[in-house]
Amino acid sequence: MRQFMIRRAFYAIVTLFILSLTIFTVVRLTGDPVTLLAEPGARAEDLDRVRSEWGLDRSWPVQYLAFVKNVFTGQLGESFNYEMPVSTLYFQRLPNSLELALAATLISFLIGIPAGIISAVRVNSFWDNFGKIVALLGLSIPGFWLGLVLILVFSVWLHWLPTSGQGGVQHLIMPALALGWYFAASLLRLTRSSMLEVLRSEYIKLAHLKGLPGYVVLAMHAFKNALIPVLTLAGINLVVMINAAVIIEVIFAWPGIGRLLYEGIFQRDFPLVQGVVMEAGIMIVLINLIIDLLYAYIDPRIRLSK
Amino acid sequence: MVDTTEPANVAVVAPAPPEFASVGRRWSGAARQWPVLPLVILVPFVLMALFADYLAPYDPTEPIPGAKIFEPPFWMEGGSTHALFGTDFQGRDLLSRLIFGARVSLIVGVAGTLVAGSVGTALGILAGYLGGWVDQVIMRVTDAWLALAALVFAIFLATMVGPSMWNIIIILGLVYWTRYARVIRGEVLSLREREFVKLAEIAGGSRPRVIFRHILPNVLNSTMVLASLTIGVVIIAEASLSFLGIGVPPPEPAWGSMLADGRSMLMVGDWWLTVFPGLGILLVVLATQLLGDWLRVRLDPQLRNM
Repeated sequence: MRQFMIRRAFYAIVTLFILSLTIFTVVRLTGDPVTLLAEPGARAEDLDRVRSEWGLDRSWPVQYLAFVKNVFTGQLGESFNYEMPVSTLYFQRLPNSLELALAATLISFLIGIPAGIISAVRVNSFWDNFGKIVALLGLSIPGFWLGLVLILVFSVWLHWLPTSGQGGVQHLIMPALALGWYFAASLLRLTRSSMLEVLRSEYIKLAHLKGLPGYVVLAMHAFKNALIPVLTLAGINLVVMINAAVIIEVIFAWPGIGRLLYEGIFQRDFPLVQGVVMEAGIMIVLINLIIDLLYAYIDPRIRLSK
Repeated sequence: MVDTTEPANVAVVAPAPPEFASVGRRWSGAARQWPVLPLVILVPFVLMALFADYLAPYDPTEPIPGAKIFEPPFWMEGGSTHALFGTDFQGRDLLSRLIFGARVSLIVGVAGTLVAGSVGTALGILAGYLGGWVDQVIMRVTDAWLALAALVFAIFLATMVGPSMWNIIIILGLVYWTRYARVIRGEVLSLREREFVKLAEIAGGSRPRVIFRHILPNVLNSTMVLASLTIGVVIIAEASLSFLGIGVPPPEPAWGSMLADGRSMLMVGDWWLTVFPGLGILLVVLATQLLGDWLRVRLDPQLRNM
């Protein structure tokens, strides 16, 4: 187990190293960040001054080390526009994004899991086919367009829900549905295939033979085991939704991390964009590591293999 | 698929008059051989993209002379048959922009998928066939790039590089190659141990020869299946970038930026500016998903559950 943990942690560090190198290189390869930031027609001396302020006149390896040092000290550089450390901004917005992502996860669970179970238990029934259509639409309808249509129907036409902003549950329903829509569809597919696999196994047959009622077998034996891959996907997806809900947060004026990234794009605040992307990458690497270790803890076969 | 199996059942179960049965069988055979529904949706869009110059009633980038802005579609009050689907905020013809938008979406979707597929397949083959440190390097880069949530990474690259259609194609190719690399590497690992590959090596075939003659043809099916899954994702990603203003630059008509343009008018109920471009994305992506399902069943039954 210890060896497994060390190897996985080492992989995670290598991944983070390549990640930081990628971000660092992209920023410098795609042109001088200073000219991106500066007002058009700025004087050459001013550009040079900004360059030395940012340390951009130093050699690349030195700059890279400074960048890594920033990541480790949790600074991630200073936002040009806010004049604050990017990580401070990031963690200010994190609770809002978490709130939205949790609501979206809840909605996708409410849609995806029951539908997936029904589809698996009654294969090729009406509900199974209905589930297939929902899954197909879930993967085909862009979430941000769904958000706009929801605003049109429920805010503009029916006046039931507020168009945007943060507040009570009524502010959360539409953005959470728009954000969770895609995930609900993938959850439906995964629950269905996972349940199908479990239902075919020997211990389910045994449970039926013992004379247990059908719903007990489903709930206690089948669903519990089918849940493992589902929860894994949910964990990774939660982190992605926290960091990548850019358009949904823009449409619904939700003050989360996605909107922070959007502001960074528009104010050409490249340290902000770079920092948010890096922070998102770190979170995803960490959640993957945690899930790997949890799996190994639960299932000895995983930590012994390879 | 419902539409492919049902006619077959009818033909088998009901011993109808011979000519009727043969019609049924011919229909079901055709349905199994050709993906009818996805093609019915997709072909018009492809034709629209190819012949946009002849089909579009107006120049998509110039206002219609003498037309009002935000004219509704012709069947609504205040609409006219001059602009069938109405006009946008500059008085440009929405229908013409939709038609030319199909061209942008399909070009980016197909070309982005080609870039992702070629890069991913090439790297997957190299990693799987050569093994050793090449494999390690490629797979660690794959891990790192997968850890950046695809859309966040694409936004980051697009912000740094600046908007143009060809930049977007390359960016989306660079963001989505990782899935191919993983899957193809796995396949090559098992192919490498197969007898025909071993024999080719013993017979003195050079590495490039073995790769091109024996490995590549055997992984192309998987590449095709993955491509059918990627194309819809790439189209939605392009729409997302264009929506955020870092995709295909104006005045070029892209469905994503049209959605963004129509967003402000949504609040006063001018729904057509938002609903039509979104429907375009929805239909094209839906058709590629269905086409992908069909392709998967035909090419590789093992991948059916992906």
